[in-house]
Amino acid sequence: MGLEEKLPSGVLLTSVEKLAGYARKNSLWPATFGLACCAIEMMASGAGRYDLARFGMEVFRASPRQADLMIVAGRVSQKMAPVLRQIYDQMPEPKWVLAMGACASSGGMFNNYAIVQGVDHIVPVDIYLPGCPPRPEMLIDAILKLHDQIQDTKLGSNREREVRELETVALGATPLIDQRGLLR
Amino acid sequence: MGELPQVVRGFGTTFVTMFKHVNTEQYPEAKDKFPPKPRFHGRHQLNRHPDGLEKCVGCELCAWACPADAIYVEGADNNDIARFSPGERYGRVYQINYLRCIFCGLCIEACPTRALTMTHDFELADNGREKLIFEKADLLAPMLPGMLKPPHAMAPGTTAKDYYEGTVRGATPEQIADAEAQANPEPVVIEGVVFLDSEVTQ
Repeated sequence: MGLEEKLPSGVLLTSVEKLAGYARKNSLWPATFGLACCAIEMMASGAGRYDLARFGMEVFRASPRQADLMIVAGRVSQKMAPVLRQIYDQMPEPKWVLAMGACASSGGMFNNYAIVQGVDHIVPVDIYLPGCPPRPEMLIDAILKLHDQIQDTKLGSNREREVRELETVALGATPLIDQRGLLR
Repeated sequence: MGELPQVVRGFGTTFVTMFKHVNTEQYPEAKDKFPPKPRFHGRHQLNRHPDGLEKCVGCELCAWACPADAIYVEGADNNDIARFSPGERYGRVYQINYLRCIFCGLCIEACPTRALTMTHDFELADNGREKLIFEKADLLAPMLPGMLKPPHAMAPGTTAKDYYEGTVRGATPEQIADAEAQANPEPVVIEGVVFLDSEVTQ
């Protein structure tokens, strides 16, 4: 994205990675994507009793252009899918997606033609959160696990190597559409 | 100068708030202070009889009751070589897909042996679909003192009915000797797939 991408691989780059990860994870601004009942729990997480502001996340941005994290809260219908993708594309890098609840993660109990069977069919999901709906503590737990992932984010040449490794793994994996049984 | 009392009143409100009851639950730091309610629906658990044998009989009623089709069960027959539960059958494969599960508890209501119950464990988020399909080994209850890891024989002179009535209190010396005789089961190969889990024995 900037100068940090040009740094040579070594102690300097890993230090910058740690600093950038620390800054990113502590000012994660979520874009609201409340679609169903999970959104109620998401709002409760932001309110006083659970207080996401303790993690620097109090501002739920209505505009994707000021958001880092998309919390997909609820079932995504086939008609909503392109909208969701557009919102994701409008978010600036670096960005993360949290699939909140059973429906967003896998379609949940709505295994039918109207519901997208998991938002990972549309956008890359960084963390899956089960529950129907998950209680606010579960959402906070998922966000904290995502914080750990963000803290370990690679930059520059380290990132390029990581992307190559992930791509090799992804190419070898079974496509979602071919998966059977419980993985479907 | 007329504004000064209002400013002071404003700060007064802030000052008084400092002594009010704090509504916020400090979730990750002080989670022990806010446990879920007793009937909270959390992660499932496959229970054991007091001597360590599994309560699950592989009847698949939980899978039939599940409205989200999140449970997959394969039953198999117990035999004299490997016994995992009292009675005829046991659950050989038991999977719950937590991305489908809606924690409704219908599986718990359907379970005829109280093998399946729910814990208060809710910190389930993970970064892959595969990681959220919990296998039998992930769901089985921990071994408590007096329990013996299956496969092993039933307590001598008992039937499945004695287990369900709760007359079996713990592993007997005969069962411990039998379990030692059955130690170190080989990895099982079923249709070319190797099941490394020692729990899985056909």
